[in-house]
Amino acid sequence: MRTTTPQEDFIRGIWKENPVLVQLLGLCPTLAVTGTVDNALTMGIATFFVLLGSSLLVSMFKSVIPKEVRISAYILVIATFVTIADLVLHAVVPEIHKSLGPFVPLIVVNCIILGRQEAFASKNTVARATLDAVGTGFGFIIAMMIMGSVREILGNGSWLGHPLLGAHFQPWVIMVLPPGGFFTLGFVLLGIAWWKGRSAVAVRPRRWPHGVTTEVGGPAS
Amino acid sequence: MSEQKLPMAEDNGSAAPPRQVEASSVRLVSTLTVAGALAGMAIVMVFQWAKPRIDAYKAKVLAEAVTQVLGGATRYQTVYLVGDHFTTERVDTAGLDSVYVGYDANGQPRGVAMEAAEAGFQDVIDLLFGYDPSKDDVIGMTVLTSNETPGLGAKITYDSTFIGEFDGVGTPLKGVKKDRAKGQHDEVVMITGATISSRAVIKIINDRLDAIKKPVDAYWSTLATAATTSNAATSGESVTNPSAGGGL
Amino acid sequence: MRDLFWIFISSALVNNFTLVLFLGLCPFLGVSGKVATAVRMGMANIFVLVITSLTVSALNTWVLPHAPYLQLISFIVVIASLVQIVEMAVKKLSPTLFRELGIFLPLITTNCAILGLAILQTNRGYGFTEGLVFALGGGAGLTLALVLMASLRETVELADVPSVARNMGLVLILAGSLSLAFMGFAGLFSS
Repeated sequence: MRTTTPQEDFIRGIWKENPVLVQLLGLCPTLAVTGTVDNALTMGIATFFVLLGSSLLVSMFKSVIPKEVRISAYILVIATFVTIADLVLHAVVPEIHKSLGPFVPLIVVNCIILGRQEAFASKNTVARATLDAVGTGFGFIIAMMIMGSVREILGNGSWLGHPLLGAHFQPWVIMVLPPGGFFTLGFVLLGIAWWKGRSAVAVRPRRWPHGVTTEVGGPAS
Repeated sequence: MSEQKLPMAEDNGSAAPPRQVEASSVRLVSTLTVAGALAGMAIVMVFQWAKPRIDAYKAKVLAEAVTQVLGGATRYQTVYLVGDHFTTERVDTAGLDSVYVGYDANGQPRGVAMEAAEAGFQDVIDLLFGYDPSKDDVIGMTVLTSNETPGLGAKITYDSTFIGEFDGVGTPLKGVKKDRAKGQHDEVVMITGATISSRAVIKIINDRLDAIKKPVDAYWSTLATAATTSNAATSGESVTNPSAGGGL
Repeated sequence: MRDLFWIFISSALVNNFTLVLFLGLCPFLGVSGKVATAVRMGMANIFVLVITSLTVSALNTWVLPHAPYLQLISFIVVIASLVQIVEMAVKKLSPTLFRELGIFLPLITTNCAILGLAILQTNRGYGFTEGLVFALGGGAGLTLALVLMASLRETVELADVPSVARNMGLVLILAGSLSLAFMGFAGLFSS
């Protein structure tokens, strides 16, 4: 089995194995709270905090946690960090906390976090686990920002509350409603699939009528 | 708890790990207990830090809402409905209905603010409205929580024309569409394109008044007599300086 | 009584757990094109939702008023244990049922719908009966969404879909259309 380098541990969570856009995990918050960018960003940061804290603790104590109760232990650790995050958000940004609603506590069952504990943090050093958590966390925030930006710009004509498209723009209200969440993610995934397919096509050799073959495009950029 | 298999769990490609010595039940339970205790302590510490801030924010929001619906109130006092009459005594307030009596700068009672909630178009609408028993008028309304359609029903939270309709309107409220308005004292002009949400707001207020008007009027008359005979009471929560223990 | 009816219809249709509140998305988006499996998955969810609702009501009435900050931890512990117990009970009492439902049960633990129900029920201050109706309505709505999605996927299986949209892209757009359709239920109880 090939061991991964520290850089790989960090980078893969951002693009290649992006938890939302590639692994399709943690979709409940991704669809529910991305109606506005500030909600999406706050949720992303809260999840990042829980992921980092849990990975740190799980990795630090991996030798002490018996295998039989490891899932319960992970859940306990994650639930503690989520409770702390919930309390802090409630105290510091109460309006955003109110619009996030039940989805902050629902970070506990976000498959991303439990998945990283089981797959990585419990089997690697604290340093590696931290890199993995930070990378995955950033990947999640990036996905949330993409979703939030598309939905807020189209659905409200603004970004982070700042009007962007002028007074004559008729907002596509549907984008900040539940169907908009589904559609946005669907089209984002469509876009990614198209882009990936296009890069794969780019290196196909092209046959010219007179028998000469050239490579078109070259390596995917 | 016994082992639970997760669908997304992946080992890093290796074969099944070598069988470790099975941990004793004592070790399992003690690990979880210790972990639980540590977790509990961490949460309690954060809770102690957070609670005062959360409470202060709640009091501030309520105070602002009461000011808004009772225009001119500088202080409010929570009174609880025990049986069929209101009292300031906080005997056992669990589950007791309460309203807020607002006083102006001279200590004169300004009106009564009450919270009410019912189903709207999409979900429950929760609002606070002000009522002046001496004129039998609603004198203000503000929506606290709602989940109506953005751009349409959601206008009940910010459309100043609609909100202004509730400043001095006779009870029971009658909702009318803009083109049918006759200018009568008990009419509320509904938002075009959001008549269902508007009607819900009106119904919420009417239903609440139906249920609670008698005890409120009764309490108000005791206040009116008390206010004329004595000077401003200094008890009660100030709207500008919400105290942390603000009767909630 | 009218309130209970509203709670049921609201959680099943107007504020459908899956298509409006975004709970229970993992089984919803991952459900295969088999309607029968979707029905069984829905049944398993309703079962766990109802039991969870009753337990959470009990917790909220007798235990949590003393320690509100332990709400989340106690909920998740209770849910995980409940699912464990239900799995063992079903295995013992009805092996056939276990063979059909069994694989879904561990998935239900990390299902947002169960924990989401517990949290929403607590936030809205529902009592025992209201919580029960909420769980039944929510579960019914979830099952409805699952079955609709499964039958859509069954049909789409044979259609000529562009390769970029296959699988998740298409499923999400279908889900969006379903969600759009369910928006029509809003205002069901306007006076």
